[in-house]
Amino acid sequence: MSNRTMMIALAAFVAVIMTAPACKKGGENKAGDKAGETKAGSGDTAKAGSGSDTAKAGSGDTAKPAGGVDLEVTHWWTSGGEAAAVAELAKAFNATGNKWVDGAIAGSGDVARPVMISRITGGDPMAATQFNHGRQAEELVQAGLMRDLTDLATKEHWKEIIRPASLLDSCTLNGKIYCAPVNIHSQQWLWISNKAFKDAGVAIPTNWNEFVAAAPALEKAGKVPLAQGRQSWQLTLTFQVLLATIAGPDAYKKVFGAKDKAFAAGPEITKVFQAAEQARKLSAKSTVQEWNQATAMVIKGDAGGQIMGDWARGEFQVAGQAAGKDYTCLPGLGVNEVLQTGGDAFYFPKLKDEAKSKAQETLASVLLSKETQVAFNLKKGSLPVRGDVDLNTADECMKKGLAILAKGPAAIIPAPDQLMTADSNTQINDLFAEFFAKPEMTVKDAQKRFVALIASAK
Amino acid sequence: MLDEPRMTAPSRKRRSQLLRNLNAKVASIPMILTAVVVFVGGTAWTIVYSFTSSKLLPRLNFVGLEQYERLWVTPRWLVAIKNLAIYGALSLTFSLVIGFLLAALMDQKIRFENTFRTIFLYPFALSFIVTGLIWQWILNPSFGIQGVVRSLGWTSFSFDPLYNSDIVIYGVLIAGLWQGTGLVMCLMLAGLRSVDEDIWKAARLDGIPTWKTYLFIVIPMMRPVLITTLVIITTGIVRVYDIVVAQTSGGPGIASEVPAKYVYDYMFLAQNLGQGFAASTMMLIPVIIVIVPWAYLQFGRGRRG
Repeated sequence: MSNRTMMIALAAFVAVIMTAPACKKGGENKAGDKAGETKAGSGDTAKAGSGSDTAKAGSGDTAKPAGGVDLEVTHWWTSGGEAAAVAELAKAFNATGNKWVDGAIAGSGDVARPVMISRITGGDPMAATQFNHGRQAEELVQAGLMRDLTDLATKEHWKEIIRPASLLDSCTLNGKIYCAPVNIHSQQWLWISNKAFKDAGVAIPTNWNEFVAAAPALEKAGKVPLAQGRQSWQLTLTFQVLLATIAGPDAYKKVFGAKDKAFAAGPEITKVFQAAEQARKLSAKSTVQEWNQATAMVIKGDAGGQIMGDWARGEFQVAGQAAGKDYTCLPGLGVNEVLQTGGDAFYFPKLKDEAKSKAQETLASVLLSKETQVAFNLKKGSLPVRGDVDLNTADECMKKGLAILAKGPAAIIPAPDQLMTADSNTQINDLFAEFFAKPEMTVKDAQKRFVALIASAK
Repeated sequence: MLDEPRMTAPSRKRRSQLLRNLNAKVASIPMILTAVVVFVGGTAWTIVYSFTSSKLLPRLNFVGLEQYERLWVTPRWLVAIKNLAIYGALSLTFSLVIGFLLAALMDQKIRFENTFRTIFLYPFALSFIVTGLIWQWILNPSFGIQGVVRSLGWTSFSFDPLYNSDIVIYGVLIAGLWQGTGLVMCLMLAGLRSVDEDIWKAARLDGIPTWKTYLFIVIPMMRPVLITTLVIITTGIVRVYDIVVAQTSGGPGIASEVPAKYVYDYMFLAQNLGQGFAASTMMLIPVIIVIVPWAYLQFGRGRRG
């Protein structure tokens, strides 16, 4: 018996002490599975691709468009609207004679990024991968795992065409460019259901304060005033938006950019926390988890509004609602017209295969071409990264966004990803997850802990 | 080989002991190597790097106890530890008690024993992720238990543990017990069956009531099974992770966070390996506290006997 117990105990012991490494292993396995899937999915094309690789190496001429190669591109765009947008990128890249092998990783970036990182650090890099602008890939770049795109960027004048310039700055490390930005996502939007306000018999608000004032009427009509998904990133988003709009863009930059802890402890930030407390009360009855479930509440008219990024517009579009008629959008909550220019960028891991490396450059320049930018961003609901494209087909909300973008640097704030490390961001996310879920947590306590996190943030 | 003739008696004896059961020893080399290199080595590596400021990639720049100091003032970690304590204590007690009661009932030579055993063990065949998801739906206020009871006309009925910070961990506990009790029952049943029928006959002859026989004779005789069960349950508790992820993702807010989730989130989402390693090292401590005295007791006794 003692032998058997020993075995069982050993197995259990091992399972526990391996918790940490096991996680890592899980990630790698997932990545492995993913690679298997993509390969299995494109068996024929993969063969054709490798055939042409050798042909190309033989001819020595790499500029030929015919007989392209397969590039695996990983990303986490899997919802309906997102997948349609990716299809545009794939179409444009396939038109160059190469082949886009789609490596979509379901789930949010939080799920996908560990898979991508472990594939790159584990020696099985994809040809290109999505990350958010900012510092998520910084260490991978420092470790020399990512490809330097400076030559291509100089040739194609990325510095002149990409607007705002901060996008390219966050792709730059020690003067070298490592990624190609593809879109601008802004988060500072309040989406309002016209139906909910009509049902409650109050006028559609034009800013956050009117929205708060109208809340009792909404509640009386049996509506949840503010729809709010319960995941921590959404709760943090709500706070960040309140910070940038109620206290203004300068305050935002002082807190997250300069990490000014004295300012973070001051009365201006207290006002933001009070607004967050109001938002907590208004959203107390919103029990959904996912952001699109919260958006669905607004679409159905069960909720008055939602603070969410411009990707919510895709949901309204899918539901067949029109901006201005069925829903209203207030960039900067109607208080302070600011937009954050975060978004997505593609990074290109270093590859050994020369033909594939060449095709990486083709892909990078396709991603930034005028035509791709328009086609992709119209589907995605985001704004293009270059100012010289044709956007006549834009809807009311996109025009509002573009108008703010055109105002220049004063109305633009960088994303928290660009200002702080993932570590500091996670700590702040945790604080707001707690604050919004715990009605007994006071403004004073929350601000005190916020100041401590800002003081230690990097 | 050359100096064999000169070998003294004791060393020859040692030599022959080394060669005894040679096949078995050779066969277990891979497992020993795996245990030492991967498990012990991996643990040591993790502990060493928990004293560094490693971010996304492990780097050897030591910062002393900084990661641990930060860990023990982080509210999320403290909540996770508290949750683990509540979940652990209750899950241990209830799964043992319920598991034993079910096994004792099964042991009454009832009809359809196989059917019942299958029903009780069935949840164990489901992964934690599926279990978590099922219970997330059952406990969802709008279409779970609360929704059903309300639709029956009792509109003031309120049961939404997963959306209440104060009791969310009990919602997780319900799902955990539902999943794990069947296995405990099976182990206990095996233990009960291993008790000699003659002991029952003797107890009956002496006129000892059934419950007393269970409590004072049968349970002490089941000690080995009980200990094995205890170790399985305890180690399962320390690494509880997937059920929480599936059921609540640690929410509402951070109310149902657990240590293993903290480790994963800080290692891979926050890209702070040092912090994740420090937390996983802390997780190792309760395991050592459980395992070491037990192993000492078991193997120490075995050698003496």
